[in-house]
Amino acid sequence: MALSRRIFLSTLTATLAAPMVMAQTGKPRVVVVGGGAGGATIARYLAKDSKGALDVVLIEPARTYYTCFFSNLYLGGFQTYESLGHSYGKLATEYGINVVQDYAVGVDRDAKSVTLASGTTLSYDRLVLSPGIDFVENAVPGWSTAAQHIMPHAYKGGSQTQLLQAQMAAMPQGGTFAMVAPPNPYRCPPGPYERISMVAHHFKTNNPTAKILLIDPKETYSKQALFEEGWNIHYPGMITRIGPDMGGGVIEVRPDTMEIVVDGEAEKVDVCNVIPAQRAGNIAAIAGVTDGNWAPVHPDSMLSKADENIYVLGDATNQGDMPKSGFSANSQAKVAANHIRGALTGSTVFPAKYSNTCWSLIAPDDGVKVGASYEPTAEKIASVESFVSQTGEDAALRKATYEESLGWYAGITTDMFG
Amino acid sequence: MPSSPISPRSPNSMGRGVKFLLPLLAALSTSAAAETLGDTESGAKIFARDCAQCHMVGPDAQNRIGPNLNSVYGRRAGGIDGFQYSKSMIRMGADGMDWTLERLDAYIENPRALVSDTRMSYRGLKDPTQRHDLMAYLRNYSDSPQNIPEAEPTALRTAPDLGPALSPEILALQGDPEYGAYLSAECTTCHLRDGSAAGIPSITNWPADDFVAAMHAYKSKLRPHAVMQMMAGRLSNEEIAALAAYYAIIQN
Ligand SMILES: Cc1cc2nc3c(=O)[nH]c(=O)nc-3n(C[C@H](O)[C@H](O)[C@H](O)COP(=O)(O)OP(=O)(O)OC[C@H]3O[C@@H](n4cnc5c(N)ncnc54)[C@H](O)[C@@H]3O)c2cc1C
Repeated sequence: MALSRRIFLSTLTATLAAPMVMAQTGKPRVVVVGGGAGGATIARYLAKDSKGALDVVLIEPARTYYTCFFSNLYLGGFQTYESLGHSYGKLATEYGINVVQDYAVGVDRDAKSVTLASGTTLSYDRLVLSPGIDFVENAVPGWSTAAQHIMPHAYKGGSQTQLLQAQMAAMPQGGTFAMVAPPNPYRCPPGPYERISMVAHHFKTNNPTAKILLIDPKETYSKQALFEEGWNIHYPGMITRIGPDMGGGVIEVRPDTMEIVVDGEAEKVDVCNVIPAQRAGNIAAIAGVTDGNWAPVHPDSMLSKADENIYVLGDATNQGDMPKSGFSANSQAKVAANHIRGALTGSTVFPAKYSNTCWSLIAPDDGVKVGASYEPTAEKIASVESFVSQTGEDAALRKATYEESLGWYAGITTDMFG
Repeated sequence: MPSSPISPRSPNSMGRGVKFLLPLLAALSTSAAAETLGDTESGAKIFARDCAQCHMVGPDAQNRIGPNLNSVYGRRAGGIDGFQYSKSMIRMGADGMDWTLERLDAYIENPRALVSDTRMSYRGLKDPTQRHDLMAYLRNYSDSPQNIPEAEPTALRTAPDLGPALSPEILALQGDPEYGAYLSAECTTCHLRDGSAAGIPSITNWPADDFVAAMHAYKSKLRPHAVMQMMAGRLSNEEIAALAAYYAIIQN
């Protein structure tokens, strides 16, 4: 399926929006698929640290990346939608990265090339896949991506988040907001519960008699004691969680009638946020680097276990103990960048060290966090130390934790986009 | 594990003689990977031999003579509702004791040293390897950090990357912060004391161990940066320790 070099060169002049991509520089080329937390970071670090020795190409269909992180704070009214958007402009102009607005549709591992939706084929010396997640088909009976305009997932950045916000704002007084939470593993372990908090905050101010129904297939979840404590304090009586013992694992949704069926019983709701089970973004399976739903990688480098010229980052990977988070993807990107530069330019490869911290906002100025550091063992990336906020912390500490998260957001988005 | 395409820091690139090769390789092999807790298969056998008479673990585990050990990592001591614990175990829980890696290790080694009147009639497992194998086996039945990031660790942290020149003796040196304050004048030409970091990284309040490791990595030229290689190159081990002690504690 790879186009021959001749065809590829002739399509070039006809269809290519960013002609720089094809310039024959003679430098080793790294093609990065996906301009999110993992992809934008690694593109920037490769370009920055190799000082022109590498030809870095970033393929991303969106002109603006809308972060999932802080999208819950937008739902709660603490951030504007615009503040979530980040352009690739600086990566192109200041770092010399070839940002190609296109979608990768094929990978020919023998020819070491990637085919784009426009028909262009790009050769690579190393390929990095950081495509985030896609949803497992039929994970929630009755729901498919065709229904996402009625029952949004809002679990990829952008318009889905706006849709959910609009539905919340339009909900009748005293109405019911339902969330179907995902099974493990999924991106951002505290994400659904932070969302519940932010939705509750919105209703407390705008629709105080509203009810929130959380349908959850999991027995336990991250920061559970902290969320439950916060919900009791800030939103007493508003939130009902239906765990697996109450049938939270056996669920069906009916988008046409706006019903959810829990344990055989149908109930009408006003807004339904369905967050289905997840898997690596499609292109990982197309490239043949997945085993089951995720792409296994070597713990010391993020190199795919299936191909020694392909690295996989972020949510799409199966690496061990790191949660699927923007912080993790960013941390992994730096390890992989270091490894790729070592392979292609002979620069020093330092031992891999990873870390993660996830902040969540429960109510105004009530921030909590969980974090850990990780090291590679022979089998996996292993957690070697962890911490979590404590219940009963005083207001000043919670406020400081929230403010720290604002600093982190500024930091990581600068680390990704320059 | 299949070999990766590049070998990190090949000894030749260090430009040093053969004499250097052995210690360097030894240092690399320790820093390449954190240690797993232990061997889960051996742990399963130890569990069957020493624990299974009273404790259950796994999907259908129930409380028997002892509490079931699913999710024991991170559990509050005496934390299963309705189970009859000893008074001292309940008191430990009320005082806030959770079952961390370290505490389980201590408890399995010598139960009464941690919980005086525990009902667990077990003499303890003195052999650290066997103990860690058992703990690795039990760890599989507690929360996965991928899903619950705050869950207890699954591996033992390695010492910070020491670089060829750094020995435990060097790391153990206690620096004199006063001497460090004097020496720091050479640093403040570039590194602002107030911790601001425009262009030059901040080294203010850097943890002492990291500071020492970094300076030795510059000294051995493992870390790139000509100026820092030069500056660190003429600092003695004691001087590095002194600077680290100073920078770890300064207030603005
Ligand atoms: C509600 C919510 C809250 C969150 N909060 C936090 C938080 O507070 N902290 C935190 O650390 N993490 C948070 N996360 C998680 C975080 O967003 C993800 O873990 C992170 O974005 C993963 O990075 P990634 O690079 O793997 O994927 P993404 O950031 O999703 O990037 C993938 C990119 O790849 C592109 N792409 C996909 N397929 C192709 C293709 N074939 N060709 C070209 N491009 C392609 C996509 O357009 C996308 O831009 C949150 C997530 C959600 C949903």
